[in-house]
Amino acid sequence: MGNNAGVTSVSSPGQPRLGRPPLVLLVPAVLAVLLLTVPLVSLVADTPWNRLRAQLSSSAVREALWLTVLASVATVVLCLLLGTPLAWVLARVDFPGRSLLRAAVLVPLVLPPVVAGVALVTALGRTGFVGKPLDEWFGVTIPYTTTAVVIAHTFVSMPFYVLAVEGALRSAGEEYDAVAATLGADRWTTFRRVTLPLALPGVLAGAALAWARSLGEFGATITFAGNYPGTTQTMPSLIYTELQSDPLVARTVSMVLLVVSIGVLVLLRNRWLTRP
Amino acid sequence: MTALELSLTVPGRVQATAVADRGQVVAVIGPNGAGKTSLLRAVAGLVPAVGDLRVEGRSWVDLPVRERAVGMAFQGQLLFPHLTALENVAFGPRTAGAARDAARRTAQDWLDRFGVGELAGRRPRQLSGGQAQRVSIARALATDPRVLLLDEPFSGLDVGVAASLRVELARHLASYDGVTLLVTHDAIDALTLADVVWVLDDGRLVQVGPPREVAAAPLTRHVARLVGLNVLTEGDRFLSFSPSSVTVSPAEPAGSARHRWPGTVTSLAPHGDAVRVLVSGEHELLADVTPAAVAELELAPGREVWLSVKETAVRGYVAETGTGES
Repeated sequence: MGNNAGVTSVSSPGQPRLGRPPLVLLVPAVLAVLLLTVPLVSLVADTPWNRLRAQLSSSAVREALWLTVLASVATVVLCLLLGTPLAWVLARVDFPGRSLLRAAVLVPLVLPPVVAGVALVTALGRTGFVGKPLDEWFGVTIPYTTTAVVIAHTFVSMPFYVLAVEGALRSAGEEYDAVAATLGADRWTTFRRVTLPLALPGVLAGAALAWARSLGEFGATITFAGNYPGTTQTMPSLIYTELQSDPLVARTVSMVLLVVSIGVLVLLRNRWLTRP
Repeated sequence: MTALELSLTVPGRVQATAVADRGQVVAVIGPNGAGKTSLLRAVAGLVPAVGDLRVEGRSWVDLPVRERAVGMAFQGQLLFPHLTALENVAFGPRTAGAARDAARRTAQDWLDRFGVGELAGRRPRQLSGGQAQRVSIARALATDPRVLLLDEPFSGLDVGVAASLRVELARHLASYDGVTLLVTHDAIDALTLADVVWVLDDGRLVQVGPPREVAAAPLTRHVARLVGLNVLTEGDRFLSFSPSSVTVSPAEPAGSARHRWPGTVTSLAPHGDAVRVLVSGEHELLADVTPAAVAELELAPGREVWLSVKETAVRGYVAETGTGES
């Protein structure tokens, strides 16, 4: 190749002639890989595969699994129903204080989950800002119920969803909304037939993110909803409990969550994120 | 019959007062930033504008975009990428309340008329530029608009593709009874497609007239360049002459030519069999010379020359009043 590398460089495009990667970058990179993979590999290696079925069929595990599935699906549905319109408002409606509202909506993203739980108790607890009138007028109490689990999950997951969908709505472009308007479509029709279909990859990615976040939710849930088997004990809460009594069960259940997480990742990469 | 009356101001972009008749094709020309696209978008209602806009007697100023009977072919087509060509064209009839099957039949009919009927099932990314532009114009027309807005329909197309689309479009526009506003950069579009030319310059409408008149007596440098003419102003008079009537000499010509200017050669470019030379001095002027003359006169950028033109080759005219200036 030599002199005319630019013309005939077809043999090894993966080898730019910029020199060897320096150790000062390689060593930390290897350390990072070890930090990220060793715990997971240990978990897989240490799982008692032969007793997997027995451990997963205990009633506590089955109840926690069911509650986790229920809460995470309910969370995704709430995100779709409430978060999609919110993302649309943030992306398409120009009003004073929009950036302030966006910031407020995104706070739970960076908030420590325990703080989120305390905030939820303050608002919806029996003596809370909203919880007290709910209790006094309707006899409805939210804390320590499955509803509380779903609310806590939605609180921490929605910002992920809104962020993903708002980004998708912005990159899908307002120009297509203008085209639809010249074709006589009102904004609802435009939203249904143009905006949402174009933002669909973002909606799916956002839903997957929200679902994954909900699956692992622990801090806000245990603070606001407690850890009662059958009503509020989700998989992460169960793992936390079992780690103190039966670490083997904790590892097995963790293994299940790991497999599910990897499944989400694979699904995202292969099906949704690579689509235009 | 007057079908379109507009007196619109898009603050900071464009200000224009003009009328157009039923079935008329108006070419809107002017340099980049003159406000052509802004004017189109103001008619569609896509940018805020103040003033008056009446279409077939009905005021449009307070109507939202979707209630204006416009069809717009956007720059870059903007076909909905998730819909097929057929669904793109059927979108308008559907929102107008047509049943699904009826809308699809209307759409297929429009695609057939534009010669892309067999591409109905394709997505926009599977269409070539010319095909996508045909679908885009079909989509704009499928809503039966009273005003058709075409924003640079031939830009980005290969020369041959643009030429054949121009011929087809001329045929469709001839049978279209609404008003067409066609934004273009190309003098050929204005001359072949339009009944009237609106010349915009720096956000103002500076000339209105039939294409031939505007081409023969342009009032802006931009149009002069578009039609390949030199235009000078002398008081309120405009002087125009063709680059081929300009003589280039190495020294001040001794002859009888009244019009003569010294200048510096700025650029040379092939133009048909000739070479078009741009000379900058008191004015920027074009001269067409033979390749032999280029060699003989040693014409190259930076060369000092004299230009002259015979009085008989110069056309003098004054800007008519009532050209839409306000």
